[in-house]
Amino acid sequence: MKSDTTSLYIKDCTLIAMATGKRAQNLRELREYLRTVSTNSIYYHFWGGLLRPRFDDPEYHNDFAIWSAHSIYNKPLAERLAVIDPVAFSSLEDLRIELLGLIEESLDETEYPVWANRDDQFEFIQHQIVVFDTRRWVDRPEQLTEILPELSRGSIFFHFIDARRRNENTLDDFQNWLGQFGDPYRETCEAIAAIDPYFSDLKRIKESLIKTIQTHP
Amino acid sequence: MLEKYAEVAGHDVVEHLRQLAEPLKGLRLVHINSTKSGGGVAEILYKMVPLMRELGIDAKWEVITGDSLFYECTKGFHNAMQGNPVNLTDTQLRTYEQTNRAYAQTSEAMLRDADVVVVHDPQPAALISSFPERKGKWVWRCHIDASRPFRPVWRYLRDFVGAYDASIFSIAAFSQRLPHPVYLIAPSIDPLHEKNIDLPIEEIGGVFSRFDIDSERPMILQVSRFDRFKDPVGVIHAFRLVKQFVPNVQLVLAGGGAADDPEGEVVLQEVRSSALDDPDIHILLLPGDAHRTINVLQRASDIVLQKSLREGFGLTVTEAMWKNKPVIGGDTGGIRIQVVNHHTGFLATTPEGAALRTRYLLSNPEIMAEMGNKARQFVRENFLVTRHLREYLTLVFALLNENQERIELGG
Repeated sequence: MKSDTTSLYIKDCTLIAMATGKRAQNLRELREYLRTVSTNSIYYHFWGGLLRPRFDDPEYHNDFAIWSAHSIYNKPLAERLAVIDPVAFSSLEDLRIELLGLIEESLDETEYPVWANRDDQFEFIQHQIVVFDTRRWVDRPEQLTEILPELSRGSIFFHFIDARRRNENTLDDFQNWLGQFGDPYRETCEAIAAIDPYFSDLKRIKESLIKTIQTHP
Repeated sequence: MLEKYAEVAGHDVVEHLRQLAEPLKGLRLVHINSTKSGGGVAEILYKMVPLMRELGIDAKWEVITGDSLFYECTKGFHNAMQGNPVNLTDTQLRTYEQTNRAYAQTSEAMLRDADVVVVHDPQPAALISSFPERKGKWVWRCHIDASRPFRPVWRYLRDFVGAYDASIFSIAAFSQRLPHPVYLIAPSIDPLHEKNIDLPIEEIGGVFSRFDIDSERPMILQVSRFDRFKDPVGVIHAFRLVKQFVPNVQLVLAGGGAADDPEGEVVLQEVRSSALDDPDIHILLLPGDAHRTINVLQRASDIVLQKSLREGFGLTVTEAMWKNKPVIGGDTGGIRIQVVNHHTGFLATTPEGAALRTRYLLSNPEIMAEMGNKARQFVRENFLVTRHLREYLTLVFALLNENQERIELGG
């Protein structure tokens, strides 16, 4: 393997979901479990949707919001939860606090908690992630144009989504790597930063990345 | 074989599998279930095992067999896991345990030395008791909707299942609390299976004369075993409600028996009685290997129903969706993951609900076509065997690296 520190080594990843056995049938139960579930589970319910079967819900972008809207019919809470941008939080613990705050607020406004149908309970799920080497790398920014169209959904997830919790500066791998090349790539980095990963899917994120790299060579 | 899958699922998907499987070359993995034909489990393994072998894994598929008492007992397990109160006799349970012990003796060396053993459903679940000194990781794979099992039977099975290193359920709602990691893997269909491959238009047309179906009239179809949980009588009820408004509609109920299902004949008689010799209700009892016929029927139909009351997953739903058909499915189990209400079909809880949605789609052919196209794309991205295989490979790494949230391979 090359030892050049400016190379970007392309990795791929795959997730496997695991049941936690924690199921909430109303908002109080959701709050209680949310206090104690691992941050791994919170991460899954915000980002795991990118790697599992689901249709885009134009209104609600995380599992907590979707459940609030469709299973306990709490639209105000669903809207408040949906607007949370997980990227804006420096840690998953901070995100947990925000979620709990919104749920507490909703409980304060609610006389009686609505019970979800027993088949519609909120299932807390966690995950394990397997990361593997693709034996591909790029040395120069212009090579990204060639390699990006060939990347799998797993690679896009790893470098663009997962990177944000791996990297201390919470940036994706592409911005971090291009940052090494200085001013000529500042505009490219800004354009990549403008791609909103939260309101999209991996296919569209990949298309946006390709377009960005092609228009900001 | 993998190259052929690349053409359907995408070259990137297959390359991803090859890279993931690279460190697993030579791994000895054994799948055990109770039938080589009939039912979704056998269909999955039929292709999963050769694909694993092509990726370099030393994969085997073994089948436990028994006498009628064994199958009565395991059918009882199946019904009980889906929530039916079932009283199993001591004789049945002893036969179950004895059959498992006898099988364990005949396969002792292979199972003892395997790196990973995947035991499917309750039939072979007791095998683990015969291997207290096993070397590999043993996983129990539950294909059944076990969300609300009949507790006395589940407690009996749980003693065996709890001894495994991990278990797999199709969705979280089916899972039970167990003293080991519980993984979630949805099943899949094989796009290159005879049941799912593209067919010439003439062959599809030929099915009408073969089964005396009128090609000019709308046709709705349910493909499933004759099993009460699939609610074939409810489908006939829904059909009669549709017929009041769409008099020329036809219904095809196509099913076969599985080798491990002794109740099929009884349910078939109930269905025939309910049909009352209506010439527009076609009840087709097909052999377990009538894959191509099922493929033709699914392609020839306008709408596919899967009005199950309980469903492990419902691969017939995925199959129909792959053929661009909207599906009206029971609002239960894995059907809810596949049928995205108003996108790839509709969910219904009653014959009345199924009838209403059927009428709606028959009156709106453009919406029917649009839903069918969405359904196919949804299956391509989520329910093909390539995704299933990827998750099995991921599972093996997860098993070998317990308690690690992030597993980095190859440095």
